[in-house]
Amino acid sequence: MPCDSAKLELLKDKARAIRRWSCIMTAEAGSGHPGGSLSAADLLAVLYFHVMRHDPANPGWPDRDRFILSKGHACPALYAALYEAGYLKGVDLKTLRKLGSPLQGHPDKRKLPVLEASTGSLGQGLSVGIGMALAAKMDGRNYRTYVMLGDGECDEGQVWEAAMWAGAKKLDNLAAIVDYNKIQLDDFVKAIVDLEPLEDKWRAFNWDVQSIDGHDMEKIIEAFDRAAAVRGKPQVIIAHTIKGKGVSFMENKVKFHGVAPTKDELTKALAELDRA
Amino acid sequence: MPKTEFPTGKATRDAYGKALLRLGKEMPELVVLDADLSKSTRTSKFQEAFPDRFFNIGIAEANMAGIAAGLASSGKVPFISSFACFLMNKAFDQLRMCVAYPNVNVKVAVTHAGISIGEDGPSQQGIEDVALALALPGFAVLVPADETAAEELVVAAAKHVGPAFIRLGRAEAPKVYREGEKFQIGGSKILRDGTDATIVANGLLVAEAAKAAGILEDEGLSVCVVDAYSVSPLDETALAAAARKTGAVVVAEEHLLDGGLGSRVAMALARLCPVPMEFVGLDNTYAESGGPQELLEKYRLTAPWIAEAARRAVSRKK
Ligand SMILES: Cc1ncc(C[n+]2csc(CCOP(=O)(O)OP(=O)(O)O)c2C)c(N)n1
Repeated sequence: MPCDSAKLELLKDKARAIRRWSCIMTAEAGSGHPGGSLSAADLLAVLYFHVMRHDPANPGWPDRDRFILSKGHACPALYAALYEAGYLKGVDLKTLRKLGSPLQGHPDKRKLPVLEASTGSLGQGLSVGIGMALAAKMDGRNYRTYVMLGDGECDEGQVWEAAMWAGAKKLDNLAAIVDYNKIQLDDFVKAIVDLEPLEDKWRAFNWDVQSIDGHDMEKIIEAFDRAAAVRGKPQVIIAHTIKGKGVSFMENKVKFHGVAPTKDELTKALAELDRA
Repeated sequence: MPKTEFPTGKATRDAYGKALLRLGKEMPELVVLDADLSKSTRTSKFQEAFPDRFFNIGIAEANMAGIAAGLASSGKVPFISSFACFLMNKAFDQLRMCVAYPNVNVKVAVTHAGISIGEDGPSQQGIEDVALALALPGFAVLVPADETAAEELVVAAAKHVGPAFIRLGRAEAPKVYREGEKFQIGGSKILRDGTDATIVANGLLVAEAAKAAGILEDEGLSVCVVDAYSVSPLDETALAAAARKTGAVVVAEEHLLDGGLGSRVAMALARLCPVPMEFVGLDNTYAESGGPQELLEKYRLTAPWIAEAARRAVSRKK
């Protein structure tokens, strides 16, 4: 789908909104995972405001495209995207992680039925996505299923069980996005378990592979468009991103994987995001 | 006269294969997944009849559980199968995260449960699977005694909306029930009534419990035998009534003593009707290779050991 400059502006606004909310929500909660939320914001904006067919007025639409946040800890960004898209009517985003809130610390499909899957134990989302893609094939529906993985998450064996099966079965209505922000929980990915050569790994599992700058809106759109046209293979988009992207003091900092900004830091973060 | 001996019937895994064929015709949304054990689990029968609704995931049990959750979220009713030990141990987190926690309509049918699989030895013997299934909130946990019970409970699980676990065996199982007997999630069966003690059992040990009751009858003890095929939800009312009437209870299962039927029954009776209790099961150990009957005898899961436990329970009555 082509994208005009007005659309590009909208996507940038939505990405900014997702980043603002991710900082506000985690600061308000006093805990959570801002780093991986910020790195995923541009990808989520493109998915929810350009790529995916979905209808906030009809969340159960059987032909809607599916999105699974396999790296569930980045849910502030997902909640914000859903909110900005018009889901979550009457939900206060500032209740993230608070008792009684549908916005659980990690995605909970039972408390928030608009979610496609409950996640938070890493490594599992791609398998669930396969099930959804398989059901689409069986029922002759043409929805697509998108699964976002973390780079650290790719340490999990189940990711590769799923990759192997989807590749072997040529599930071309399934796409994975790796948010390759180079940092996991304890340290840099390279220092824990280097994933390279990552493209070769997916290619060897019979996936269509694209590597892009995960903060370049136009490149992201192009990659999703190209992926959707691929036949006979599932597609992976390896999105090179920066953990903490958009907030200078969080960028590329291991610490901000799982530490919320303080009130002061929040003020600085929002000022930076508004200026950008 | 209540029976103490039963004719040999089919293995409960065979009944599973048969039930799937029956359900496949009735329920177009039913799909079956296996992890490279379809010949052993008998899901291969379903594959032959409904090739488009069968998926072999390969030796990747965790992936299988996740895929099933995705299928169920899209309106399918998936059954997933492997050996009890592989499916429950390797896919436990996936059953927790993708099935139990979001309450997704997946059916977990495990075969080769217990030590009666015999010669393959402990690496293939599921002895902790019921404990694991019970640790998944919202799961129905079903342990049928014979082919009739297995077939009916597989059907009940398929029709039930919500996750279910069904434990099936490799060995030929004594035919405890007539065809046409009804079973339901949350139910139990009283095989014989009695006044001096109750033996609660499930799976292969139901027949042993009945035999034990025969042994005890010859000694002048009148023993009630309950098949607690639905471990969760447990038929607490029936169990409490039996405990109240007999004043002593033995629980027997082909499973580790820890966390299985025994602990569930003990918890219920502690609350509803505390009486002296004894337990028959694998006692803090793995088993070994051997013939199924030899193993059941060596690990003290047969009628004489159940009878012995009942004598102990009765002797502790005040
Ligand atoms: C199975 C599992 N093990 C450990 C964790 C704890 N954990 C939460 S986030 C995280 C690091 C994830 O890194 P990555 O996938 O790179 O995510 P991102 O950098 O995008 O936030 C870990 C280890 C978990 N959630 N699940």
